[in-house]
Amino acid sequence: MDIAFASETLMSLLSALPLTLELAVTAIALGSVVALALALARLSGILVLDWFARAYVFVFRGTPLLVQIFLIYYGLSQFAAVRHSIFWPILREPYWCAVLALMLNTAAYASEIIRGGLLSVPHGQVEAARACGMPRFMIFRRIVMPLAIRQALPGYGNEMISMVKATSLASIITLMEITGVAARIISESYRVIEVFVVAGAIYLAINFLLTRLIAFIEYRLTPHQRQPLAIHGELKGEAH
Amino acid sequence: MNSPGFLDIVSFGPDGWGHVLAAGAWMTILIALAGIAIGSVIGTFGAWAKISGGPVPRAIAEAYTTILRGIPDLLVIYLFYFGGSAVVTAVGQFFGAEGFVSFPGFVAGALAVGVTSGAQQTEVFRGAFRAVHPGELEAATACGMGRVLRFRRITAPLTLRHALPGLGNVWQVVLKESALVSVTGVVELLRQAQIGAGSTSLPFDFYFVAAMIYLAISTVSGAFLNASEHWFSRGVRRG
Repeated sequence: MDIAFASETLMSLLSALPLTLELAVTAIALGSVVALALALARLSGILVLDWFARAYVFVFRGTPLLVQIFLIYYGLSQFAAVRHSIFWPILREPYWCAVLALMLNTAAYASEIIRGGLLSVPHGQVEAARACGMPRFMIFRRIVMPLAIRQALPGYGNEMISMVKATSLASIITLMEITGVAARIISESYRVIEVFVVAGAIYLAINFLLTRLIAFIEYRLTPHQRQPLAIHGELKGEAH
Repeated sequence: MNSPGFLDIVSFGPDGWGHVLAAGAWMTILIALAGIAIGSVIGTFGAWAKISGGPVPRAIAEAYTTILRGIPDLLVIYLFYFGGSAVVTAVGQFFGAEGFVSFPGFVAGALAVGVTSGAQQTEVFRGAFRAVHPGELEAATACGMGRVLRFRRITAPLTLRHALPGLGNVWQVVLKESALVSVTGVVELLRQAQIGAGSTSLPFDFYFVAAMIYLAISTVSGAFLNASEHWFSRGVRRG
């Protein structure tokens, strides 16, 4: 492996890192809002909302992300109404089309994760909050949501990692993020292995840090599950 | 032909795109099947390495699954497509061929999908093997079965039964991943839709039809997998 070439590649790939992170963070942040709305629609008990959310999740989880990107980036421009609408300056940009597609896609997967979290909140907790006289929104904000987030976090972490990986598809609609730059360097130099190793290492590093971050948040959110060290020692002593 | 409408795209008539889209869908299924078959071989060895391999095979399997689950699939496809072309070109030059020889996109795509799904199948098989009751393996040994016979008659069928739900998930992932193989120029469903979109200026219609075909394939195969899971688990007590 050519070290000089690899370090040169590393520098050009690192300059594409901000775009990858920007795509991932924007899509995950906006997607989480849509996902929460979808999860609440599923659990609302209102038939129309319920079926809309079901259909949404079914369609977005059943089709490839690349098709969704193409449908938004190339497909929507077919309609004159879209081209003349106020959204055109946004839908014309490959960046916003990629963000939109990634966001809508992650919302479908994340809504199921959030729904699982919301369903896992023990009924007794909600009842206790109601008995304390909390109004509905306060129960949701103070009791249901924190418990649901704690439960959904590991699954959401996996979804975030697959989103970081999914940003690579933005390179197909001309965005020069890490994979796009890597593909350009490969097709210019035909040195596949070096570029692959460097690009792969960057993605691995991002995902490793993301995993650690989520593990840390999970640790902070579950103090009640940590065993106090002193008591742990006493219990050990009793066993003898 | 005037500007075609939506019905022309889905029709199987002389002006319709039905035939080529169906051929593209068939190619998508072939890529996915080849990918999952390659992945199952890798997954079997990976699971073996993680369960009962020595420290070196275990470390290799561990590194393999960690890396492949952390990097984008598109990058792996580029690796196999461009890397394969580089190897083929070098071999061609050795035998006196001139210039760049491109690697067949189908092979590159199937290998790339296979290697990525192999990492997932390693974990599926490992988890499934752990669900097999050790008593059943002990009983087989007590009956005097050799290692190969025990693997063939007891371990493999029981592991497969527990692996079916996980394999169903891997299949859905592989099916969607096969769309990425279109970057290598293989005329599968998405590439065919791109060709159609380019020559009719009806991109929305074509990508919409492609999306619906993907949805149909995943729904039908999902129902089939559910049914087979039900059938093969009829000896498993539930609840």
